Amino acid sequence: MTAGIIVENILQALLTGLLVGSVYGLLCVGLGMIFSVMRVINFAQGEFMMIGMYAALFCFQALGFGSALGVWLGLIASALAAGVILYAIGALLHPALLARVTGTRVAGSEGDGHYPQLTLTLGLSLLLANGGLIVFGSSPRTIQTDLSSSAWTIGPLMGEDVLLFLNKARVLTFGVTLAVAVCVALFITRTRTGKILRASADNALAAMYMGIDVTRAHRLAFALGAAITGIAGGLLAASYPFQPYVGVEFVVIMYAGVVLGGMGSIRGAFWGGLTIGLVQQMSSLVLPMQLQGAAIFGMFLLVMLCRPQGLFGRVTDRA
Amino acid sequence: MRKHQALKGSTSAIALTLGLAAAYLLAAIWVRNPYLLLIMTLVPLWATLGVSWNTFSGYSGLLSFGHAVFFGLGAYAVAVAFAQFGITPWLGLPLAAAIGALAGLLVGIPTFGLRGVYFSLAMLAYPLAMLYVFEWLGLQEVTLPLKREQAAAYMQFSDHRVYVLIATVMLVAAVLLQLRIGRSRFGLSLLAVKQNEMAAETAGIDPFRWKLMALVLSGAVAGLAGGLYAVVLVTVTPQSVFGLLVSAQALIFTMFGGMGWVAGPIVGAAILLPLSELLSATVGARLPGIQGVLYGIAIILVVLIAPEGLLPRLAGRQPRAARRPGGPGEAPNAVPAFRREPGGPQAADAPVIMRVAGLSKRFGGLQAVGDVSFDVRQGEILGIIGPNGAGKTTLFNLLNGIVQPSSGSVTFNGHALTGLKPFAVSRLGVGRTFQVARAFTRLSVLENVLVAALSSESDDRRARDRAHAALEQVGLDAWADERAGSLTAVQLRLMEIARALASGPRLLLLDEILAGLGGQEVEQVIDVLLRVRQLGVTQIIIEHTMHAMVRLADRLLVLDHGRTLFMGEPAAVTSEPAVIEAYLGKKWVQHAAH
Repeated sequence: MTAGIIVENILQALLTGLLVGSVYGLLCVGLGMIFSVMRVINFAQGEFMMIGMYAALFCFQALGFGSALGVWLGLIASALAAGVILYAIGALLHPALLARVTGTRVAGSEGDGHYPQLTLTLGLSLLLANGGLIVFGSSPRTIQTDLSSSAWTIGPLMGEDVLLFLNKARVLTFGVTLAVAVCVALFITRTRTGKILRASADNALAAMYMGIDVTRAHRLAFALGAAITGIAGGLLAASYPFQPYVGVEFVVIMYAGVVLGGMGSIRGAFWGGLTIGLVQQMSSLVLPMQLQGAAIFGMFLLVMLCRPQGLFGRVTDRA
Repeated sequence: MRKHQALKGSTSAIALTLGLAAAYLLAAIWVRNPYLLLIMTLVPLWATLGVSWNTFSGYSGLLSFGHAVFFGLGAYAVAVAFAQFGITPWLGLPLAAAIGALAGLLVGIPTFGLRGVYFSLAMLAYPLAMLYVFEWLGLQEVTLPLKREQAAAYMQFSDHRVYVLIATVMLVAAVLLQLRIGRSRFGLSLLAVKQNEMAAETAGIDPFRWKLMALVLSGAVAGLAGGLYAVVLVTVTPQSVFGLLVSAQALIFTMFGGMGWVAGPIVGAAILLPLSELLSATVGARLPGIQGVLYGIAIILVVLIAPEGLLPRLAGRQPRAARRPGGPGEAPNAVPAFRREPGGPQAADAPVIMRVAGLSKRFGGLQAVGDVSFDVRQGEILGIIGPNGAGKTTLFNLLNGIVQPSSGSVTFNGHALTGLKPFAVSRLGVGRTFQVARAFTRLSVLENVLVAALSSESDDRRARDRAHAALEQVGLDAWADERAGSLTAVQLRLMEIARALASGPRLLLLDEILAGLGGQEVEQVIDVLLRVRQLGVTQIIIEHTMHAMVRLADRLLVLDHGRTLFMGEPAAVTSEPAVIEAYLGKKWVQHAAH
């Protein structure tokens, strides 16, 4: 292997890692939103992503977004529509299930409150994944467009040696991801509702005393978190083949990102997800194909065991 | 009902287990349908995995989302040993158990550093990573070869009732193992850790060791169940033994039946497994995910409707035994069972038992304790007072190892305590009570104290005697069998003292033991404390108010903003201007001077 090829491989992995990582970042923001506001470990977040993928596929193909709006706009509109659908699902699931084991009712019972939530969302995850299998079937799907199989090239660089490819679908994904992430950041920091969410996240009880409807804030956070992950799923559907069980892999990626970014920090969740994407792509340089899946879990364990407070998290934790 | 708390030395649970197993096998004798026999094999098989999960999670309180890692390794151990090396499953099964135990050890050591839900999430990753590793190893599908000759030597039987027998025997063994654990020091220590890890650690229990032991045992049983799964189902794939559904089933069966109940996973498996098989057989072809849907719905319903599970719900709450008459803590005059220290109390020339030198602790920008030094003499009662936030509790946390100091040292009886964990400090002879009573509310008063006694006494009988003696000391012997959750405030304080005494300490750290008690109750506790001192147990007491301390303490250490303000005789303290200022504000200093 010449030096040129090595450089090319590394640069390509970095580039792809950046593109893929940005979507991971957005997935993580959805999960991070739910965790930071509600302190709920949502196990079913991977299934939210899965539903977002099928929703985007449905919008693009069956509802004709693709043919009506063209490929570029059609993909964007499908992903956003997936977000809307997931928002509705989240807004329905929260009062029906989550609110019964979360909120101020269980505040204070640290460990005891979390286990029912974790178990409940595990059940939800099983239900949605297997329900998905019944509804959608087991064959892998993807939103087939020209974009996913075409690429821009950069280069040749460094004399004729290095040629880099930018998958068009992934570039689109990257752009939309950044736009959505910026919107979320502005929403959280600039709007009144965003402040209410942050207040509820910081101290639910104090927020309640200040006249904030914490239950409503939780419901909003849950729905928004589902929507953001749904959008990310919808975007990912254009370049990643998926089936109903896809959630399990991604929920682990999401948790790795959220933990890496520091549990409780929405901003950190994005950077955590991005880091995971980069590391995953870089690992493909040295690991055989089949082990790349295992690498995600290995990375997750490493993050959990070595740096449970996250790269960007505060070290001081209330004892 | 086979509930773990109700198992103190009863043989009836064992008899019931054996009886039910025999009835189950008798029923199986009349069954000919191979599909029905398969289900009758799978129920005890999965129940065994549930029991294994329950042995760990039910007792330790840590929810494992990854028991498939043990199950799957066990299954592959049997399958690979047979298919590639020709080793009979009769040997493969013990191998599976050994590998499961080893996996428990390897998984437990790094993962127990994580708390609560973080532990659960990390556990999830192990089997899922294995999924890919086994595919990479080229073991996507391992099939046990069919033996035509000497089939029985390879655990292959044309009569499928034999499998029912083997699976049932395995389940019975797992249940008996768990029954044994429930009564033992092992089970009690684990329950204490589950209920309140910090209290357990202060009582001298090493949580890590017991949790690791539970996971090793649990891993062995799960590995065994996985091994038998390979024998019964003949073909092993990564998804079928490492998949999320496997881990989830262990958890769901147990939580459905009742977590922490020995019979919980068995009841759960007996109801849910046939149901899921029935669904899968009838509509499974059209609705391929129906099993997962069923399990998903089952677990959601359990969490929402009966979070404690089916059995506890059915059993209901049994009325507690009627409370015993008589006021709490009537003066016990029993002869104490503790080592007496020579030399009278409060002798000024008594040897120094604890030396604290330059002890400091910073939390970020906050100097919680700054450069505190003092000696504690054998047999004295040292009072530490100070206003809110003076650093009193942090000082205690430094003394018994809950918090490590930023600088300075603590020496007790010639041992440096700095760097030791709470349980190790406890074993050296430093007992402690907490400001907020950290009782194991679901254990009996005696068991609460026994937990502490076990940690310093290797003989179970002697530990029990010691626990009784400690209860007698504080006058709670009549309440020994009461649930700790039903005690009054002053009784809880006395139990805390008994618990601290049960490990036979030479020094007791008492954190606001009098706070919030009424006048009569304060007298009662003071009496007990003075009596404890008569036994030669040195005491350091934190109090918020000076009132009781002036009577109780030989010397007082006044803390303010983490620093020593004053140290000396109680009478001298109350006239010291700096102390008055710290307590009452500057203008009172002039008043006091006049």
